[in-house]
Amino acid sequence: MTISIPPSSSDQSKKLQPEGWLRYFSFSLDHKVIGIQYLVCGFIFYLIGGALASAIRIELVSPISDFMPRDVYNQVLTLHGTIMIFLWIVPVVNGAFGNYLIPFYVGARDMAFPRLNAVAFWMIPPAGLLLISSYFINGAAQSGWTAYPPLSITTPAAGQLIWILSVLLLGGSSIFGGINFIATILKLRRPGLRLMQLPMYCWAILGTSILVVLSTPVLAGTLVLLSFDIVAHTGFFNPTLGGNVVVYQHLFWFYSHPAVYIMVLPAFGLVSEILPVHSRKPLFGYTTMVYSIMAIVVLGFLVWAHHMFTSGTPPWMRLFFTIATSFIAVPTGIKFFNWVATLWGGKISINSAVLFSCGFIVNFVLGGITGVALAQVPFDVHAHDTYFVVAHFHYIVYGGSVFVIFSSIYHWYPKFTGRMLNDSIGKLHFALTFIGFNLCFAPQHWLGLNGMPRRVAEYDPQFIFFNQISSVGALIMAISTLPFLWNVINSAFTGPLAGDNPWSALTPEWLTSSPPPIENWEGEAPLVSKPYGYGENPEKPNLTSNILSDQSNSDSEEDEVKK
Amino acid sequence: MTTLTQNEQSSQVKHDQDSEHGDYRMFGLATFLVADAMTFAGFFAAYLTYKAVNPLLPDAIYELELPLPTLNTILLLVSSATFHRAGKALHSNNADRCQRWLLVTASLGIAFLASQMLEYFTLPFGLTDNVFASTFYALTGFHGLHVTLGAIMILIVWWQARSPNGRITEQNTFPLEAAELYWHFVDGIWVILFIILYLL
Ligand code: HEM
Ligand SMILES: [Cu+2]
Repeated sequence: MTISIPPSSSDQSKKLQPEGWLRYFSFSLDHKVIGIQYLVCGFIFYLIGGALASAIRIELVSPISDFMPRDVYNQVLTLHGTIMIFLWIVPVVNGAFGNYLIPFYVGARDMAFPRLNAVAFWMIPPAGLLLISSYFINGAAQSGWTAYPPLSITTPAAGQLIWILSVLLLGGSSIFGGINFIATILKLRRPGLRLMQLPMYCWAILGTSILVVLSTPVLAGTLVLLSFDIVAHTGFFNPTLGGNVVVYQHLFWFYSHPAVYIMVLPAFGLVSEILPVHSRKPLFGYTTMVYSIMAIVVLGFLVWAHHMFTSGTPPWMRLFFTIATSFIAVPTGIKFFNWVATLWGGKISINSAVLFSCGFIVNFVLGGITGVALAQVPFDVHAHDTYFVVAHFHYIVYGGSVFVIFSSIYHWYPKFTGRMLNDSIGKLHFALTFIGFNLCFAPQHWLGLNGMPRRVAEYDPQFIFFNQISSVGALIMAISTLPFLWNVINSAFTGPLAGDNPWSALTPEWLTSSPPPIENWEGEAPLVSKPYGYGENPEKPNLTSNILSDQSNSDSEEDEVKK
Repeated sequence: MTTLTQNEQSSQVKHDQDSEHGDYRMFGLATFLVADAMTFAGFFAAYLTYKAVNPLLPDAIYELELPLPTLNTILLLVSSATFHRAGKALHSNNADRCQRWLLVTASLGIAFLASQMLEYFTLPFGLTDNVFASTFYALTGFHGLHVTLGAIMILIVWWQARSPNGRITEQNTFPLEAAELYWHFVDGIWVILFIILYLL
């Protein structure tokens, strides 16, 4: 019995889409085009968010507020956080790589709902432009990415309302994306492909999408209530009208703790794809990886109040959330050891993709350790709202997720464009990023432990030295973007041709041309039953041995029985 | 591996083939409704927390009247049943009956909205009086918005189910089934809302 998925004929409209460069500016339904749209759009917002970060670090070179007025500092800080989270990391680790890779991994020709997919992407650029335009209209929001009331109710209303509208749009886009991923992974799998044969990134995206679908609506509802407080003068979160700010914090963190996993779980998945390829070894502990992803999804919903230890939470609540939060370290630790074990004894090629992935592992461990420390109430009451927290989450969102995004770009660029990136420039990029990043954020641990509060434009002169080191680090990070930009632009035209499978990888996206044809495979979709089958002959893996028709799939298992 | 697992695998293949033909739009809608339910869950959680930690002064407490909301509950529950009837009629290819039941369903929905409005006008508190008033209007208003959308959807389905030229037929039942699932969902939310807001 051979099952094949014929190229779909129903979606004739796809053939009417524009060709060439123009299609990236169109309402394309092709999941690969949409993936690239997410990636490039996200990167442009990353550059804007990075410019804002530079402005923050310039302000903090000196202890007085001299580079920009204080309210502008607050606006810049709010825009920086909102852009980096909602317009760069979330859309790129989910939307960009998810859209490009998931249909390949499940053996489909597109996502389950191509039209919804395009709608979800095209909600993002307007939302981002709206957010940024608020700065020029009447001043952007000033209450940080958390928009805590009463600050968000008492600061100028126009900017805050535009902020809410923009985040609602981005949340909607994210929910549509999540629904699409869940349907694609659970319902669109190629016949014969079992769940436990899927590449790890599918599991990561499935877990993330569950988080997105269950938590984002709560944020949306909360922000609607907040906007009522601002516009209609209701008192949901306004203590002077009988409301309760802590209710906002609960609802907000019920979304936003899962949101930190929405930013990092897909990165876990991407690393799990990259490391086996470049160390020529199977992914270590596949099953434990799957279970730890699901454990993180469940626990992720039970830890939110660790952000509220200083909000007058009752002791039993503190105890519960400390314990639950500490438990998350277990599945996270399992994943960490699995990556190390995957590398262990492998034939590792030291290229830019591997370097960024290893950088991720190092940074993520440091961020995880400070996270567990912050989960302990006696420590957190001292460190809360200081630069220690800033250091903690930048080690995870930048040192973790952003490092993985770069690693993934080095890994999949040949597939996206058909050309190789220059690896020496890539290594230079890695060195600058790694050094700049650690120089920028390591000193902030010290600053926080010594009492420097976050989100303030001025600080005590005793903190000058470490703040200046931090700003030098930020400068190096800004510079590190230049070789990267030059590399991706220049290589698109002059890079050496990549061929179908430059890394001799086994996952399905490499079993087609680079860039792939419009419906992913010329013929029928391959059935990849062992995406990590690098074990047998690490020097020259037999690339076709794991592509089986269904008949030979059961045959080969019979062979195993005989052995 | 044993022969047993091999059999298991071939049945798996068969199963996957089935889902390949299956309609996953319904699955997508169900996922969306889960998300929607979480929005309500957030509102309910907020309401219950206010109740627990922000008690009003005794003279500000107002006991909600039950007759109108009870009538509303009955209207919605009956409308769920009539929608089910419409679906059955469509499956037995009886477009006229289907259309009649859809019209009944839509009218019940609109009657619900009218009676909800009536309740709003008779209540002695306004949106901004206190957090309970605000949460009450936010929850019932958000639910009413769902009913409004549902009623519009039913009327569209009604129009498309007309006999000679309609797009909704025995072969294409998805729009009707989607609207029906949504409508049952909105009814279910109302029952929870009724218990939490009016009875607790
Ligand atoms: C081992 C896992 C982790 C633990 C135990 C942990 C623990 C914590 C705790 C207790 C806080 C609150 C600190 C405070 O405000 O006083 C915190 C803040 C934060 N964490 Fe983590 N964390 C972990 C992993 C992560 C991950 C994976 C991410 C992101 C991808 C992340 C992102 C954040 C962010 C953004 C904040 C600050 C939020 C804000 O107030 O602006 N954390 N973490
Ligand atoms: Cu958290």
